[in-house]
Amino acid sequence: MPKERLTGRPKMPQRPVKQRITDFDEVPTGLEDWAAVGEARRCLQCKKPPCMKGCPVDIDIPGFVALIAEERFDEAILKMKEKNSLPAICGRVCPQEEQCERECVLGKKGEPIAVGYLERFIADYEREKGIKAPVVPPPNGHQVAVIGAGPAGLTCAGDLARLGYRVTIFEALHSPGGVLVYGIPEFRLPKAIVAQEVNYVKSLGVNLEVNAVVGQTMTIDDLEEERYEAFFIGTGAGLPYFMNLPGENLNGVYSANEFLTRSNLMKAYLFPRYDTPIKIGRRVAVIGGGNVAMDSARTALRLGAEEVCLVYRRTKKEMPARIEEVERAEEEGINCIILTNPVRFTGNANGWVTGIECIQMELGEPDDSGRRRPVPVPGPEFVIPIDTVVVAIGQGPNPVFLKSVANLALNRWGYIETDTETGATNRKGMFAGGDIVTGAATVISAMGAGKQAARSLNRYINDPASFPQWRE
Amino acid sequence: MAKIIRKDVLTPQIKLMVVDVPGVARKAKPGQFVVLRFYEEGERLPLTIADYDPAAGTVTIIFQEVGKSTRQLGELEAGDDILDFVGPLGKEIEEKQFGHVVCVGGGVGIAPVYPKARALKMLGNRVTSIIGARSADLLFWEREMQEVSDTLHVTTDDGTYGEKGFVTQVLERVIKAEKPDLVVAVGPIMMMKMVSLLTRKYAVPTLVSLNPVMVDGTGMCGCCRVTVNGERKFTCVDGPVFDGHLVDYDELLTRSRSYLEEEKRALESWLMKKAQEEIARA
Ligand SMILES: Cc1cc2nc3c(=O)[nH]c(=O)nc-3n(C[C@H](O)[C@H](O)[C@H](O)COP(=O)(O)OP(=O)(O)OC[C@H]3O[C@@H](n4cnc5c(N)ncnc54)[C@H](O)[C@@H]3O)c2cc1C
Ligand SMILES: Cc1cc2nc3c(=O)[nH]c(=O)nc-3n(C[C@H](O)[C@H](O)[C@H](O)COP(=O)(O)OP(=O)(O)OC[C@H]3O[C@@H](n4cnc5c(N)ncnc54)[C@H](O)[C@@H]3O)c2cc1C
Ligand code: SF4
Repeated sequence: MPKERLTGRPKMPQRPVKQRITDFDEVPTGLEDWAAVGEARRCLQCKKPPCMKGCPVDIDIPGFVALIAEERFDEAILKMKEKNSLPAICGRVCPQEEQCERECVLGKKGEPIAVGYLERFIADYEREKGIKAPVVPPPNGHQVAVIGAGPAGLTCAGDLARLGYRVTIFEALHSPGGVLVYGIPEFRLPKAIVAQEVNYVKSLGVNLEVNAVVGQTMTIDDLEEERYEAFFIGTGAGLPYFMNLPGENLNGVYSANEFLTRSNLMKAYLFPRYDTPIKIGRRVAVIGGGNVAMDSARTALRLGAEEVCLVYRRTKKEMPARIEEVERAEEEGINCIILTNPVRFTGNANGWVTGIECIQMELGEPDDSGRRRPVPVPGPEFVIPIDTVVVAIGQGPNPVFLKSVANLALNRWGYIETDTETGATNRKGMFAGGDIVTGAATVISAMGAGKQAARSLNRYINDPASFPQWRE
Repeated sequence: MAKIIRKDVLTPQIKLMVVDVPGVARKAKPGQFVVLRFYEEGERLPLTIADYDPAAGTVTIIFQEVGKSTRQLGELEAGDDILDFVGPLGKEIEEKQFGHVVCVGGGVGIAPVYPKARALKMLGNRVTSIIGARSADLLFWEREMQEVSDTLHVTTDDGTYGEKGFVTQVLERVIKAEKPDLVVAVGPIMMMKMVSLLTRKYAVPTLVSLNPVMVDGTGMCGCCRVTVNGERKFTCVDGPVFDGHLVDYDELLTRSRSYLEEEKRALESWLMKKAQEEIARA
């Protein structure tokens, strides 16, 4: 099949900039068969594969790569799905460069195997062929509830269903997927793919109840009365942070969550065919430097902004966003204004934002996060004129669920405190994982936490005594 | 999916629907709201719970047809389904014995003030209610409000029914005659602002129920933020009921006008589509 011999890591084919910024279709188009097979054949099949140590869900990387190399695609996907129910998602959004690919021995001297591209390749191959329903074991008679249908909850539910549990996921929004549906834009993660992977989880026998806000529509106590024996909490970090600067409530100032939710979940980019509007000015500024900021900036561009800039208080080197996404944003013409911090928003007489007053920053000593701390440089304030602002400086734990559970132990940042080995909370039979424990992190770490909790929960049901902290 | 089991036309533009939602009805409390989306392309529409019956498993909503979403909702009939119906959301109002409570409902705000008046009455408060509308044909639930109030006053801006004038006129008279221990006001932002200015003058504690632009309704988007006592609050999870004396109404008014142009566009394109469909049918 390979029509050309590969000498090194393939480049991900992507749509030309001019074309892609006019719509919301996916930007990278995926490897072709020959390129995938060629890349898979570069793998050394290490005896002690270091790549697997970098993978939070323990995928048999050399195993599935070898099957691709042999063009046994159907088996490759089965191997993948032993550990990962959401490969088409992970293949698109995981920061492989910081995980498996960073550990790959080939990366030490040259270029690591493109594990992410191969994962995406194999998942897309299966999707095009039509996903086969998995074999589900007979029910084991136990009923558990999962709160939140993000990557953590979906993974936990899938793993529990495979063990024979009757699992119900309770999701607050009308659509399952968590950040995958409301946050990450269509051009990076098509929603049809999320839906298909959610359907796969459902095909394992998992019930999904949408429009169920746990803490409001029902409480954990209600669910206990309905004979749910154990719980997994995967409610994410969905509370938008603001900077508390003057003028932040002016019209035209969005939180990234609102901006992205309007566009992704509510499909405002299709307004007025879809009813939810979004306002986009000629000049848009996004404040922040993470994935959320990149997604907001690129969304603004596609919604018709003429100029989009990122305002970031450190330098490009410290930006937490994936390199690949920063590069794509820059290719698309997004301008990074670095070492700059907003101090105030200015507005017009009708209450609409017109500008951001900023100060210059420089990098000082490293802070808690290990990054050099930005400190203000004395000097005059300057104004960036804009019509729309998106504040993308981070998220916190959404309080709705947390407030509804009596005496749930939280850490000093307000996230749920858990036992790092098991994911157990201080409340009997309740486990938690994903962003609600770690703070905003990654899809794959949330999935890893979901898996870990599924294992612990299974142990708890079979041997409650192995959780001595919960003994009455 | 939630089935509409009854629909009443209260005035040409104000409709009532009783919806079969046992899960929401079981938990509903006065002051709370629901979010609904009635078809795939729809927006998430917040509406106050006007009434609820846990035994029957039903929730009542009352809405005024203003833009596309509420008009479209108004076209649904008993037997139709609402795609998504989420709730109850927000906090309930504190139910306790205050003494003399005045409940003020303006326009469609009569609906959300009703369950509060009823709850307060059942707790043994003496309830004086003032309801008002622009004109007689926009007024509804006079009898219902009468049933849960010791005294009821009715006003219309144009004098077509009840006393001519604004609810605040009557309120000032009531305050002077017998100072209330609490005022609860629900209605247009401007009305709640005027009520709050008045009650602040007389130092009467006042609760208002805010209705800003909202998307998710669960504290996730931050769109419904309001300034209360100088602090940022999210109406959907910190409210919708707030101390009326502390709300920045001018900011709320400005923010609630964010999407005027888009709302107009949505309504026009929908009316156009409907007209075309009608022509095609004819
Ligand atoms: C814009 C954006 C871009 C990102 N890009 C990347 C990326 O490229 N790569 C990457 O690895 N990570 C990325 N992330 C981070 C990643 O998406 C998150 O770390 C991950 O989604 C966390 O998963 P989770 O399951 O813990 O929570 P979430 O995905 O937040 O899901 C939580 C779910 O719980 C629901 N919920 C909350 N409260 C309740 C309640 N009371 N009752 C019922 N349901 C409730 C929510 O509605 C939601 O569906 C990005 C995040 C954002 C916001
Ligand atoms: C917590 C909460 C509770 C609510 N409870 C109720 C309720 O019980 N009954 C009800 O009818 N509405 C209620 N609302 C308001 C309701 O959600 C809006 O009226 C609705 O979103 C209008 O949608 P639309 O698409 O039909 O009109 P839009 O297209 O959004 O608006 C059309 C026009 O109407 C104006 N408008 C919008 N909302 C209002 C309003 N509330 N009062 C006066 N003018 C308005 C707009 O400025 C615009 O000019 C509530 C809102 C919130 C946030
Ligand atoms: S470390 Fe690299 S070369 Fe070794 S098995 Fe993993 S992917 Fe293959």
